[in-house]
Amino acid sequence: MQHHELQQSNEQKLLQAFATALAVDLALITDTLAYNSIAQWDSTAHMLLIAELENSFNLMLDTDDIIDMSSVAKARQILTRHGVVFG
Amino acid sequence: MTSPAPRPVSLITGASRGIGAACVQQLQQAGHQLVLVARDSAALQALAAPGDLVIAADLCDENQILGCFRQVQQQFGRLDHLVNAAGIMQDSALALTKTSSLAAQFQLNVNATFLCCQLASRLMLRQKRGNIVNFGSKVGESGSSGQAAYCASKAAVSGLSKALAKELGPQGIRVNVVAPGFITTALTAHYSDAARSELVAQTALRRLGTAADVAAVVGFLCSDAAGYVTGQVLAVDGGLVL
Repeated sequence: MQHHELQQSNEQKLLQAFATALAVDLALITDTLAYNSIAQWDSTAHMLLIAELENSFNLMLDTDDIIDMSSVAKARQILTRHGVVFG
Repeated sequence: MTSPAPRPVSLITGASRGIGAACVQQLQQAGHQLVLVARDSAALQALAAPGDLVIAADLCDENQILGCFRQVQQQFGRLDHLVNAAGIMQDSALALTKTSSLAAQFQLNVNATFLCCQLASRLMLRQKRGNIVNFGSKVGESGSSGQAAYCASKAAVSGLSKALAKELGPQGIRVNVVAPGFITTALTAHYSDAARSELVAQTALRRLGTAADVAAVVGFLCSDAAGYVTGQVLAVDGGLVL
């Protein structure tokens, strides 16, 4: 897979992981979407989100990362630190 | 024709000896794909069946615990059962117990169990199904003179497990405690014959327990037969009264 395709693929995986875990439409997943800003992103959904992200990107996050993952933008930043390449 | 169900993936800590080793044999007989974790790599290799994953790790080191679960994720991508059999017991009267001994018992019996539950639950959440067996103790439920620190740590495991049963139950994850009575293992090898005789007299079944007695109950909890059992402390103590 080309580098830019990989970046796009990872971006899609990130957004899809959020949509699946929070059970919301993909269109709702924007960088500014934040923890507890919508009813669907509660503590239970946060656990599911972490599991979904770990499964999608085949990694295990640290507890500090999980606590810090307060928005979509923050999730991308944390995943980047774990070696995931985004555009 | 449907394909056969995959073998359940089960991680056992403290798997190198005693009750943990008995659990290894129990779950191997039940056809589980095992992940064996303990410090003694040679002992684990001797117990492992072909295909089992052996991880030599010190559970008092959080990074090593994280490393274990990363290996499980990389190799299997899932976890069905976690058996937290690793434990430490240091007997001493209250006045003679150093806080370092208290901390050591909490580090392995409580902190490591907590972290393993945390990491295992994240793997189990993916399939919305899983089972965790933690080890409490008869003395954690009823108290025992000369074991205040150990009793406190095992009571903490019961509290932890009951809370997790409620928190993880909606996600299909069961959490239970097995609370052994006096079991003849290396952990209790220092007991004198007189103390053993006294314990036998206090036990309704008039014998001390074996690791296999405990592993049989773990085997039940790690089976579909226990599919509606969660948040319980199951005593395996032969009717021991303290």
